[in-house]
Amino acid sequence: MHESFPHRGALHRPSCKFHAKGCTLNTSNFSRALIYGVLLIAACFFLAPLYVMLATSFKDAAQIRAGNLLSLPDSLNFDAWRLAWDSACTGVDCRGLKPYFVNSVIMAVPAVLISTAWGAINGYVLSLWKFKGSEVLFGFMLFGVFMPFQVVLLPMSQVLGYLGLSSSLAGLVLVHCIAGLAGTTLFFRNYYTAIPRELVNAARMDGAGFWRIFWRIVLPMSTPILMVTLIWQFTNIWNDFLFGVAFSGADSKPITVGLNNMANTSSSVKSYNVDMAAAVIAGLPTMLVYVLAGQYFVKGLTAGAVKG
Amino acid sequence: MAASLQISGIRKAFGKGAKAVEVLKRIDIDVAPGEFLILVGPSGCGKSTLLNIIAGLEDPTEGELRIGGHNVVGVAPAQRDIAMVFQSYALYPTMSVADNIGFALEMRKVPKAARDKRIAEVAAMLQISHLLDRRPAQLSGGQRQRVAMGRALARDPQLFLFDEPLSNLDAKLRVEMRAEIKRLHHVSGITSVYVTHDQIEAMTLGSRIAVMKDGVLQQIGTPDEIYRTPANTYVASFIGSPTMNFIPGSLQGTGEAARFVFAGGTLELPGPVQGEVTLGQRPEHIHLSDDAPWRGEVSLVEPTGADTYVVVKTEAGPITVRAPANTKLQVGQTMGLTVSSRHNNWFHTTSGVRL
Repeated sequence: MHESFPHRGALHRPSCKFHAKGCTLNTSNFSRALIYGVLLIAACFFLAPLYVMLATSFKDAAQIRAGNLLSLPDSLNFDAWRLAWDSACTGVDCRGLKPYFVNSVIMAVPAVLISTAWGAINGYVLSLWKFKGSEVLFGFMLFGVFMPFQVVLLPMSQVLGYLGLSSSLAGLVLVHCIAGLAGTTLFFRNYYTAIPRELVNAARMDGAGFWRIFWRIVLPMSTPILMVTLIWQFTNIWNDFLFGVAFSGADSKPITVGLNNMANTSSSVKSYNVDMAAAVIAGLPTMLVYVLAGQYFVKGLTAGAVKG
Repeated sequence: MAASLQISGIRKAFGKGAKAVEVLKRIDIDVAPGEFLILVGPSGCGKSTLLNIIAGLEDPTEGELRIGGHNVVGVAPAQRDIAMVFQSYALYPTMSVADNIGFALEMRKVPKAARDKRIAEVAAMLQISHLLDRRPAQLSGGQRQRVAMGRALARDPQLFLFDEPLSNLDAKLRVEMRAEIKRLHHVSGITSVYVTHDQIEAMTLGSRIAVMKDGVLQQIGTPDEIYRTPANTYVASFIGSPTMNFIPGSLQGTGEAARFVFAGGTLELPGPVQGEVTLGQRPEHIHLSDDAPWRGEVSLVEPTGADTYVVVKTEAGPITVRAPANTKLQVGQTMGLTVSSRHNNWFHTTSGVRL
């Protein structure tokens, strides 16, 4: 059996010890090499654009004109990065990406925190404090996960107008909170559904109320889903272009819009190195968040509810 | 601190109108201060719902509930001064054992010093002092059970509720913890209500047992009353292991000299009424005898160590007999059965009610 499926030997390597027959060292080494080979190719395929971006950003104009996309830069030249950060021109505005980056931070941080906290409370209510109609309500909220956001652009802009938040960062924060709410609610609700009801009942008998149970018992159990949601929301909000381009004003454009405008500004010479550096700068925070918080995806999952 | 508990006319129905499902049908139980009441019955009999109503986790559709004389219907669980031990233990997974035990005190704003003192006392009582810094996940099943009890004991409540607390433990631990619960009740003297589906737990722990079925209280009484004079065939078959034997037949004549005629035999027994009745006999009150006229074929021999249970196939159905441990019998052998005349339970054949 192992001979006909050589990869099984590699995936279930420990079991080889117990199934000496048909699980020789050779097949397992071969299939291992095969798997690592495939993984390596896939990794190269996905990392190639990043390599091109980084390599190009360090090249000078002359080397770029030479045309070899995959060649290493002749020297580490940070000029393009400096230009992209604070002096590249978009039209007549030559402040680089910095103001857009700041806008994105001002927009993303509160939007991520609010939408996550809001989703956590929603999920807590919809799973542990069910009321008549709460399942139906949750069903309606799920529409928000599948709804294409283009549909809400016009009504949303009207609402922002009524609220006096048009073309402002506060308006963008609001839009992102509402747009993300369906997803964050879904995450937390499904996570909290696994918490036994008895735990809440025990806390109620001990004298804890709705908020106390949330703070002292439910939230401390939420680290993994909190991290997943924070990363998810940050990535979505930081990378959003649609809302950014539709609802921002001259001074409240997020970095995705800023990057687009900078790269699309028609000037006599296309500075690919600056564009590439700018693109990396725009993508850096999401990568950083993932590297820093990604470990919590798995970590802490074992600290879940205790069952007998 | 022991308080009385009165359950009067408690009804609980889910749903409305024609689709309503009545899970509790007018339950009346009076629990005296310091009593240990067992609610026992098969799953779905409403015993857990009744416990949740006492706890305040669910509201009754109708009826009154008094703890220490005060009606508590509509009062929040926290204000009822009740502690509960749950089947899954329901320990707070992110808190240490000490914090688990002290949580209720903390919620009641007991100062830290007094709280720590109480936690230490309770931990000593339950022999878990060495576990106070651990998390629930680091404990064994029996240790978790002790922590759950400690959490309930910590604040010296008016009433203890237990929701099948031993059903997640293995057999040996269960016996151990059963004795522990009995000891703690003896020491604390706190009125307790204990839900179980295990009739041995019911018999060993309870000062009184309430047997429930389909939301109706079948019988309430001391373990002895329930065992010796079951109110109907349901209670008779639920309590006692192996279960009581039932022999349908008819009584001719009454008083001391009545004759009980049934398929395959006739017994001279004192009977209460004439006509169609069912005789209930516990396995220990039927004896094997070589030459008795009521005969049957041995179909199963189960030695348990202390006793040997013998199932005899008769015309009136299989009859279980508790025989001495050294009984040597072959399956297929024909044996006679005798019945001691002093332990008869007579039931109405169709309704199952005790006569």
